[in-house]
Amino acid sequence: MTDRQNGTIVGIDVGGTFTDLVQLDPASGKVRLAKVPTTVENQAFGVMNALDAAEAELAAIDLIVHGTTTTTNAVLERKLSRTGLITTQGFRDVLELGRRTRPHAYGMTGNFTPIIPRDLRIEVPERVDAAGDVVVPLDEDAVRAAAERLLAEGCEAVVVHFLHAYANPGHELRAGEILAEVWPNDHITLGHAILQESREYERGVTAAVNASVQPILDRYLKRLTDSLSEGGYDRDVLVMNGNGGMVSARLVAREAAKTVMSGPASGVMAAAYTGRQAGLVNLITYDMGGTSTDVALIRGAEPPVSHEIEIEYAMPIHVPMVDVRTVGAGGGSIAKVNAAGLLDVGPESAGADPGPICYGRGGTRPTISDANLILGRLDAARLAKTGAVSAGDVAQAFARDLAEPLGLDVTEAALAVIRMANTKMAGAIRMVSLSLGADPRDFALFAFGGAGPLHACALARELGVPRVLVPARPGITNALGCVVADLRHDFVQTVNRPVHALEKGALAGVFAEQAAAGKAMLDRERVAMTGVRHVYSVDMQFVGQTHLLRVPLERPDVTPEELQALFEDVYYARFKVRLPEIRAQVVTANCSVVGERAPLDLSVLVDPAGRKATLEEAQTGARRVRFEDGWLETPVYWRDHLPLEFRLEGPAIVAQMDTTVLIEPGCVATGDAHGNILIAVGEVP
Amino acid sequence: MTIDPITLSVIQAGLQQVCDEMDLAFSRAAFSPVIAEANDRSDGIYAAEDGALIAQGAGGLPVFVGTMQYSTATLIGMIGEGRVGAPEPGDIYIVNDPYLGGTHLMDVRFARPFYRGDRLFCWLSNTGHWPDTGGAVPGGFSASATAVEQEGLRLPPVKLFKRGRMDDEIYSIIYSNIRVADQRIGDVRAQAAALDLGAERLGALMDRYGDDVVEAAIAELRERAAQQMRRFIQEIPGGEYGSVAWIDSDGVVDAPLAIRLKVTREAERLVFDFTGSAPPCLGPMNSVRATTLSSVYLAMRHIFPDVPISAGAFEPLEVTGIEGTFLDAQYPRPVSGCAAEVSQRIAEAVFAALVQALPDRVTAAPAGTSGNFALGGHDPAKGRDFVMYQLSGGGYGGWADGDGLSNGCSTIGISKAPPVEIMEQAYPVLYHRYALREGSGGAGRMRGGFGLDYELELRRGQAKASFVMDHGRFGPQGALGGGDGAPNEVTVWRGGMPYTPVHLSKEQDIPLGPGDRVRVKTPGGGGYGDPMQRDPGLVAEDVRLGRYSVDEAERLFGVVIEEGAVDDVATTQRRLG
Repeated sequence: MTDRQNGTIVGIDVGGTFTDLVQLDPASGKVRLAKVPTTVENQAFGVMNALDAAEAELAAIDLIVHGTTTTTNAVLERKLSRTGLITTQGFRDVLELGRRTRPHAYGMTGNFTPIIPRDLRIEVPERVDAAGDVVVPLDEDAVRAAAERLLAEGCEAVVVHFLHAYANPGHELRAGEILAEVWPNDHITLGHAILQESREYERGVTAAVNASVQPILDRYLKRLTDSLSEGGYDRDVLVMNGNGGMVSARLVAREAAKTVMSGPASGVMAAAYTGRQAGLVNLITYDMGGTSTDVALIRGAEPPVSHEIEIEYAMPIHVPMVDVRTVGAGGGSIAKVNAAGLLDVGPESAGADPGPICYGRGGTRPTISDANLILGRLDAARLAKTGAVSAGDVAQAFARDLAEPLGLDVTEAALAVIRMANTKMAGAIRMVSLSLGADPRDFALFAFGGAGPLHACALARELGVPRVLVPARPGITNALGCVVADLRHDFVQTVNRPVHALEKGALAGVFAEQAAAGKAMLDRERVAMTGVRHVYSVDMQFVGQTHLLRVPLERPDVTPEELQALFEDVYYARFKVRLPEIRAQVVTANCSVVGERAPLDLSVLVDPAGRKATLEEAQTGARRVRFEDGWLETPVYWRDHLPLEFRLEGPAIVAQMDTTVLIEPGCVATGDAHGNILIAVGEVP
Repeated sequence: MTIDPITLSVIQAGLQQVCDEMDLAFSRAAFSPVIAEANDRSDGIYAAEDGALIAQGAGGLPVFVGTMQYSTATLIGMIGEGRVGAPEPGDIYIVNDPYLGGTHLMDVRFARPFYRGDRLFCWLSNTGHWPDTGGAVPGGFSASATAVEQEGLRLPPVKLFKRGRMDDEIYSIIYSNIRVADQRIGDVRAQAAALDLGAERLGALMDRYGDDVVEAAIAELRERAAQQMRRFIQEIPGGEYGSVAWIDSDGVVDAPLAIRLKVTREAERLVFDFTGSAPPCLGPMNSVRATTLSSVYLAMRHIFPDVPISAGAFEPLEVTGIEGTFLDAQYPRPVSGCAAEVSQRIAEAVFAALVQALPDRVTAAPAGTSGNFALGGHDPAKGRDFVMYQLSGGGYGGWADGDGLSNGCSTIGISKAPPVEIMEQAYPVLYHRYALREGSGGAGRMRGGFGLDYELELRRGQAKASFVMDHGRFGPQGALGGGDGAPNEVTVWRGGMPYTPVHLSKEQDIPLGPGDRVRVKTPGGGGYGDPMQRDPGLVAEDVRLGRYSVDEAERLFGVVIEEGAVDDVATTQRRLG
């Protein structure tokens, strides 16, 4: 293994609109950043453009870590490769029937398209029961015939999905062998290999997603690695997975489904990393972009990983993913007056195109971003440079659509839009944290994305969150996540035993096996690590319940008495209920094996040469900004000019290339050694 | 006091948030899978003086839209008459009496007075579906009950918690009368804790905005919700819209029950007149008043999802003509089918009437049955008794812009079906198929969704199969010229011989032995619009995917398909002929 402990690392994140790059040379402390438009058809062009823009010397780079939306987009836009399914006789419609649901609780309309069409789902005689016993032997000729039919239909990938294969994979493995003889490529997914859990719909969809994106990811990574080699890069490319860990590009396509939703995951990884360095280990990440706001809950600097995420209606992907929830409003969310004469914000959005009125791309309906502009929170002077629309146009739309029907003036209407948006976002964030068993007041708000730092103070107040953390580079957080992420492998083992029935050492044994499996996988990756960390937890419930509560464990060898007590405490903290009369049980034992990489000094993200000695020198001007209590003359600072240590009392605005930080009256911002802005959120003055 | 519209919006969102948090807390802490997994529960805030609905959680089971305002109103009335003890802070009343503003016995309501200082400001209430409340059969759904006593333990409103402490004596009466009682304490505590959480949250909201402001906002919001509903009603052209919907039978007497509805739009009001509907029935397919009203509200909310769940929204809706019919049953009529089946048929009647008036908003009839199949018996391999439920969905109706969803959840529910793999882990059964029911979607310009076709085998031991389903005699109705969806079909194979229940969709305790099988084909959704106007390309696509046969394409849609492609000339001729 080459030692790359101190080599140059490049993180590249391809987002919906922009491809972001951060290049770090830990030895010299040099940093380069780049932001270029994403090239939708072939993301590799954008990646190469970003490397050009950063003037990166490919031959001198030691490690490239890449976050891609290739598979996410393929799934969400249903631009999938033609894929066939071979499944148990009597069950080909599982993917079309789903779990007997509907898209919305109210309204009997709506539908979904199954991920594999019915004519490409072929049944073969075979059956295994829940105990793993064979009821009907596998008809091998039928598997061959099915494969030939799917090839004749033009399928590029194939899934084998048999009932109860998690209990006995024999038939799937044999079908896999047969397929290997006739299938022209290695795009063969066996259901049990991607997910070893019961629930045929979720496992089937997950396997089908894996197969359908595999050829796409494969082709993309080939194009990318070819381009990189041509440019002189001769090392491994690591690809970000949805669980916030990285996997070699050589291996990643086998489990392609794991790369879905990796973009938001890397943002959360960066947040956890930044928070740990800043001494804030409990964070609510708050990523407000143009179309949506994503939220995740980080406890003890550990990003939350879930195995049960449904990325849209009828699209469950049950591989480990950082649990990021979309809570609605983004800067483009539209404000309107509804039939009851009340103001409402979202869920309708102007998106990125046409976007808010102030983008000047043809948007005509008032949005959250437009409200921020009217209130002076966004810089109207910058808008004027585009020339497409004026502040007057925005005000006119507010007068017409909101102010007149509500009997307010334009400013009051804009303020109302912000208040309403914040109330709704706060409500949604509170629901997310409560559903995960946490009180938001125990957290700090980590604000990023284009609009996050603009709303963070107000939102924190609404939630009772005492502190806001704005990282040095909120606009490239995902790319930073690529650079700081560890290698990571997650394991879940079903236990399903009451605490008192656990044999001595049984749990520790499970954890030991998981740790060993993780170690073996880390050993295969060609990346330098400083150590291996294990994160242990159990999912528990009272006997008879169906919901689970996660109980973190500090060490793998806990006694049944300790488990019962730990669970009761977690349960009480969540529900304020004690149930001493009912036994607890352990449902799963979980272990994450994390290959830690050398820590990076984040303070390099802000070039020290740009820093001014005093706040006065960092100030670029002032403008009038409307807060709850009226218009206030508000100083504006340039982020890169701020001294390393400072103390700023609101109202104040800190502007930077990729975002605007609004420090509200009553709040106090300070800088820390890592280039973060920390805001103590005070009561309304 | 007048309140600015912004504060009003913010308080509205805040009240909603309180209810949503109660819903979440209840589900997450509950033991009963019916509550924890199927979300068969609801939480809300109700007015102190008359129980009027102020706000209700968005995640509540749709069938509970509006029910708790009637149970709370009844409770307030009984307290006023001195029939129930007066409330004190920390009290929680329990009640499940269907005739006192309820649904069926399994839906157990809790009500907690909420005080500001010494003043009773409002009520917090929730409903949870308990897995069992005693009675003739486990689970409470007896297809042959003829009196409510056979359906379970009936509780009048009593204080289960007095000043914050549970009354163990009352609980012991309940405990001694229900099955699987040891886990109910967990549900009781979850249900009570949800109300406590609601009280804490509502208190914080009022501290922040002030009692006067919140009180004025509640009044104003009620008026605004009514205004919003009136605006929607104005979309409906004035006039009368009639419909009839049918229940197969009551499970005891094999004769169909009619729901006759006439909807009249009068200025800003909508009148739902059920005069002429069937009289109360002997078996358990009766509905009670609160459930009937809620079913109408539920249907309206499916049509207008934007209207908030609030007493104001219901004000412009008037329901008449239910007295003396099976939609307003009185003690001791059995009622277990009201929430699961009759409610859905009432909703179907509303859809069938209003699709004529609002063709762009309303769908043809959905499957409209909970498809309750229960299998109870003894598993010799595990050495214990079991009761298994398979609740199934069916096709939804076509609508102006699209075909109906296949295998959708019941109109009144929102829960997920358990996977076949989980069922086979838990019970001694083997499924031979779990498939799309081909050909079942009602024909139409937009066709109905397809039902489910499942077949399972009892692998060992002895068991009894019971069915409480519907739409076996009549398929879900098509709209505006569309055809009906396929009716529900139940076939029981005993000793290799097929048996069809006499009531088609309902029967209790059919004995099964090892190797015997049950096959259920659930209803397809109704078609929307003239099937002869369906795009022939879409018909050919359905044929290619095996959803309809070539013969059905021609017979139902007038589309002639030759070697997988539409024969345009023959199709035109067939459609003209």
